[in-house]
Amino acid sequence: MSYILLLYLLFSVLIFSLPKRFAGKQAIILMLVQAVAFIYFLIAVSVTKNGETISEHIQWVPQLGINLCFLADGLSVAFAMLVTGIGILVFLYAHLYMKNYEGANSFYLYLNLFGASMLGLVLSGNLIQMFIFWEFTSFLSFFLISFFHEKEGSRKAAFQSLFTTAFGGLCLLTGIILIGTVTGSYSINDWITNADAIKSSNLYFPALALILIGAFTKSAQFPFHFWLPGAMQAPTPVSAYLHSATMVKAGVFLLFRLEPVLGGTFEWTHIIPLIGVLTMLTGSYFAITRTDLKSILAYTTISALGILVLLIGIDTKLSHKAAFVFLFVHAFYKASLFMVAGIIDKKTGTRELEKLGGLIRYMPFTFVFTSLALLSMAGLPPMLGFLGKELIYEAKVQSPGIASLVLILGVAGNILMVAVSLLFLYKVFLGKYRSQTNLPNEKGFLLLLGPGVLGLLSLLMGLFPEFLAESLVEPALGIIHTGQIDVKLELWHGFNKVFFLSLFTVITGFSLFMLLIKKQKVLAAWRNLNTRFFTIDFSDVFSKTLNNFIEISKQNTKLIQHGYHRYYIMSVILFSSALIWFHLFTSSDWNIKEQVNLEPFYISGVILIVALSALFSIVSPSRIVTIIAMGVAGYGISLIYLYYSALDLAITQILAETLTIVMFFLILQRLPRFAKLSSKFTRLRDLLIALIFGGLMTVLALRAVHVELKNPVSEYFVENSLTKGYGKNIVNVILVDFRALDTLGEVTVLIIAALGVSLLLKRRKSRI
Amino acid sequence: MNSVILQIASRYVRGLLIIFAVIALLRGHNFPGGGFIGGLLAGLSVVFKGYAYSVNQIKENMKLTPEIYIGSGLSAILLSVIPGIIRKEQFMTGVWYRIFLPLLGEIKLGTPLLFDFGIFMIIIGVTIMFLFSLTKNS
Repeated sequence: MSYILLLYLLFSVLIFSLPKRFAGKQAIILMLVQAVAFIYFLIAVSVTKNGETISEHIQWVPQLGINLCFLADGLSVAFAMLVTGIGILVFLYAHLYMKNYEGANSFYLYLNLFGASMLGLVLSGNLIQMFIFWEFTSFLSFFLISFFHEKEGSRKAAFQSLFTTAFGGLCLLTGIILIGTVTGSYSINDWITNADAIKSSNLYFPALALILIGAFTKSAQFPFHFWLPGAMQAPTPVSAYLHSATMVKAGVFLLFRLEPVLGGTFEWTHIIPLIGVLTMLTGSYFAITRTDLKSILAYTTISALGILVLLIGIDTKLSHKAAFVFLFVHAFYKASLFMVAGIIDKKTGTRELEKLGGLIRYMPFTFVFTSLALLSMAGLPPMLGFLGKELIYEAKVQSPGIASLVLILGVAGNILMVAVSLLFLYKVFLGKYRSQTNLPNEKGFLLLLGPGVLGLLSLLMGLFPEFLAESLVEPALGIIHTGQIDVKLELWHGFNKVFFLSLFTVITGFSLFMLLIKKQKVLAAWRNLNTRFFTIDFSDVFSKTLNNFIEISKQNTKLIQHGYHRYYIMSVILFSSALIWFHLFTSSDWNIKEQVNLEPFYISGVILIVALSALFSIVSPSRIVTIIAMGVAGYGISLIYLYYSALDLAITQILAETLTIVMFFLILQRLPRFAKLSSKFTRLRDLLIALIFGGLMTVLALRAVHVELKNPVSEYFVENSLTKGYGKNIVNVILVDFRALDTLGEVTVLIIAALGVSLLLKRRKSRI
Repeated sequence: MNSVILQIASRYVRGLLIIFAVIALLRGHNFPGGGFIGGLLAGLSVVFKGYAYSVNQIKENMKLTPEIYIGSGLSAILLSVIPGIIRKEQFMTGVWYRIFLPLLGEIKLGTPLLFDFGIFMIIIGVTIMFLFSLTKNS
């Protein structure tokens, strides 16, 4: 399996270095890659069908229990087939759709990498690995949504989707780590075996909540749903791929994957269905009043994702079966409809529902394929969608706990879905063609291949659901619920409760549709209602919050980064001395045992000279005198070093002192005339600060003498300097061998200081 | 400043300073000296020249800019680390080689010497950089 991913990566690079003969065929080549992967998983199905698993382990960070693990079981293969299968059609579609756009190649690159990350995500057997692929999908979708980056709307939408999904990603990571601390492992198999321990641990609820936030942001659940309609700014192939079958299904996949670990609890069966139902209603309610084709599709997608999440939350075998079938149903019709929306946009130049109409005359094939998809979306026989909807109703009827609420809201959502589907079909294809300027046509028939294949698949799978049931749904359910499960899918169930619910849904949905087209006022009133009462635009709330945040941090920065160098130094010195003084006061006794030793007299004399010249440098009336006085102090200190036979130190001190004096004289040229400009108060304040810091250094030096370590390092250096470092000069051996890393650090500080001085002064020059 | 005496003296003194610097660098491992001291000495020779003539003049004529000194010093340090890594020892462990030269006999050469050379170059570069940036442009 890892080879499949490597193949993706290889071709991501290759498409940029193809010979000229293949120019413009990049998408076709990547489509072939998808096809290879698809065939691989088709073969893998024959293994997973029997409940077996293909796995592949690669050592990565064994110390932390993080290893690469690729897992092809019923669940992941079903998702992988969706990803690669729809991928084939999308690349074909993109090849025709993106032909005349600049930067199409980088678009294919992102799309291909996205496909690879999505595959990696569903195949992951290690949660950390899954998280990494999860993040890859987030930021690749950022590049895909912002493909038309010259438009402000695209940039905004891309940023929003990145921000939302990345926030969810971080929550997910935290949740994964929490569970990792409970089990001590990040492998999904270990998690499943320790499921009981996880469920009974204190960390269960926080971990669940965090993981759910991750899944809900990715799968556009309420209240994070707002990024999905915004993401329609992306080129249509992206919507067809990411927003129908892959990216938004990642959250659903995660819930499926973790159901054996986290599912079955009170929290699971109550929080998830509630959010799911809310999302479903929000989606289908707003879909009706939208006028932009892609926007309608986005809201119906939100609704469908709500249904999926709801079904997972109901947490019965039946509901999971329904969810799984619906997953395929939705992927088929939604990818197809997105592609159709793109085609219509291309041919007529608009996606506005109110401007379209009568396309049936000019685009008959498009009409046929669209109606197949829409029938499936409305859940009408004999499409796969009908099967899905029946299963959903059955699951809801038999769901434990909050069944009645879920059922009523579910039927309401479906009625809206029926109405939306009919409205879509009616407004786009029937009636009169309104724009007279350019008549649409169906040239470039290949564009229709995607919707055609998907539409026919919906139909065929509705009529002959055995393959779907036995090869994909059954093994996948076997992963979620242990044990053999027989899945039988049939179009006709007989006259039962579910059938009458379906009938009711269709009739009510149709009446609603008739009402909406006969009385234009109703739709207008509905829209008015929405603008008046549902004015909370979540994406606006989002950007406002973000702007406020940026504003606050700006104010903060202004306060802390005021730009006065003297105050920076002052705060650094005061803060560090306060810290050290505090430590000295609390931790040490104050008996300084040092005895004053005046022998020999000339050293006492040197010390006297050093002290006097230091004092003199403070009070002297001229800068030059100050510098010389400081030099005297410095050379005096080097004399003391010399007396105590610290030869290296003495040499360095003399050289450094010389250089310092020279540099000071250089600086003198740049300074204004010597004058007392500061007020008495500031001078007193500076004196105080200097005393605090100077006193601190004195006390530290005195105390350092008395620090007694059990095993001083110096002995080690003395012993090993010659034997291990091959040098007799211990100081030097320490500097360049034993403590070379420290030396490197110090030298780096010097370099940075030099660069800083050079840049600061250069800037000053240019200003003058 | 334009003193002929200083200019002529600087020629000889500079040569001496550089010789001392190299000696300090090479003998550093066994006797007082080393890259830091050597670097300061060599840096001082440039400062001396600057005082004798004019810093701006040197700045214009200098082919080896301080950045080159610093860069080569850092590269030398980088090089000195590599043998240890190849031998899979702890980071920055010194590695020694015995080399036989025809006249001098056996000599021990180790990565610490290369490291010290790196320090030497960096200190020269930093000194010159300070000198250049602190001098006022005429």
